[in-house]
Amino acid sequence: MSKTNEVVITPIFKNNPIALQILGVCSALAVTSSMSVTVVMCLALTSVTAFSNLFISSIRNHVPGNIRIIVQMTIIASLVIVVDQVLKAFAYEISKQLSVFVGLIITNCIVMGRAEAFAMKNPPGISFLDGIGNGLGYSVVLLSVGFVRELFGSGKLFGIEILPLVTDGGWYYSNGLLLLPPSAFFLIGIFIWILRTAYPDQVEKPEFEMAPNTKKEAA
Amino acid sequence: MASNNDTIGKTLTVAVSLCVVCSIIVSAAAVMLRPAQQANKDLDRKSNILAAAGISDSSKSVDELFEQISTRMLDMETGKFTDAVEAEGYDARQAAKDPSQSIQLTADQDIASIRRQARYMPVYMVENQGEIEKLILPIHGYGLWSTLYGFISLEGDLNTVGGFGFYEHAETPGLGGEVDNPVWKSLWQGKSVYAEGSYTPKLAVIKGKVGAGTADAEYKVDGLSGATLTSVGVSNLVQFWMGENGYAPFLANLKAGGA
Repeated sequence: MSKTNEVVITPIFKNNPIALQILGVCSALAVTSSMSVTVVMCLALTSVTAFSNLFISSIRNHVPGNIRIIVQMTIIASLVIVVDQVLKAFAYEISKQLSVFVGLIITNCIVMGRAEAFAMKNPPGISFLDGIGNGLGYSVVLLSVGFVRELFGSGKLFGIEILPLVTDGGWYYSNGLLLLPPSAFFLIGIFIWILRTAYPDQVEKPEFEMAPNTKKEAA
Repeated sequence: MASNNDTIGKTLTVAVSLCVVCSIIVSAAAVMLRPAQQANKDLDRKSNILAAAGISDSSKSVDELFEQISTRMLDMETGKFTDAVEAEGYDARQAAKDPSQSIQLTADQDIASIRRQARYMPVYMVENQGEIEKLILPIHGYGLWSTLYGFISLEGDLNTVGGFGFYEHAETPGLGGEVDNPVWKSLWQGKSVYAEGSYTPKLAVIKGKVGAGTADAEYKVDGLSGATLTSVGVSNLVQFWMGENGYAPFLANLKAGGA
């Protein structure tokens, strides 16, 4: 696999930022109750990660080591403000629903993590692709969580009715838990489980081995 | 390469130039996108006025629906309509900050914690052959974290609530943010603001639910659970705006036919 493909494809399943690195979980809980909001959030995060990687990488040889985190934060914060302004101008309804979570992309560990771990050490082109790849990895998890939550929580996808609800004269009893943030925990957990069954090398070694507990005296 | 990056001079140069570039980008984005954002806000405000009035028709655009609503300016000091200011382009929020266009409220008047009140307020009406069918009044006040901006609409009797809702606030999502919950907003419909013959508002948000045993249930709305301070804030702002410093003199004039 060429390096270009590798940086884009591996973060999607093999090295997923949410499922393997467990970064950026908070927004995955907060904005996944409807698909349209989720898609916009994924686009916002992917573009911020890609462009922050690009800019940080292009000035990486001039960034003094002692202020590098601040430099990264400044670039990320500026990009997030621009994204927030664009959303307010062109997708007002959705930006109202996303509210603080667009601003919170600044603190999303994926953006910062990729800037520090990849963009500071690699040239701009490949860093940009790494940002896209990690954004896609984040999007895969968010979209699958959002799909399950909206479909079974409110019987809709992108606001279009799929399962007619009992309250509207249909047959489907909606699962209210899925509309609440904790349900995303279960779904992300299941996602990680499936992923680690497919890629057993992702399973971490347990930090402690339980001693076999066979005899009464040994217990 | 890395070592000469760490001099004080280089550090300052990088920091300053980065800040300049970033601030130019951010302010350019903010300035260029403002017209589009303003248009969205206007559209949102109009659709909120329509929602408060209970007007909805998916076949028509918001602007078309808004044509049936007439806007008049109200002088809060006299409680009468005025032509002193144009409704078009008038910003009550800006006016409230300007001492020459606003009224300072004393601490005991200011139950909604808004400090200053614009002298002129826009009011929106749906009229049918000279009779007011619906009157939509802008209201605002302080909740827990933020000022809540919204509308209350009254039916033609100028006492029954036709609709209620906020279009801008920053209360806690899921708790105070439930002021946006359609079920809660629908609780306001049909409530009465004033008792017969009086202009002291009785409408209030109570703690807990309004049940069959609640006295004066027609003046009471359920509190939001887990959001006591937001509920108190909403109650206060309704009391303020429907009271003597709010729209009560205007409503009295309107009823007497002399607004």
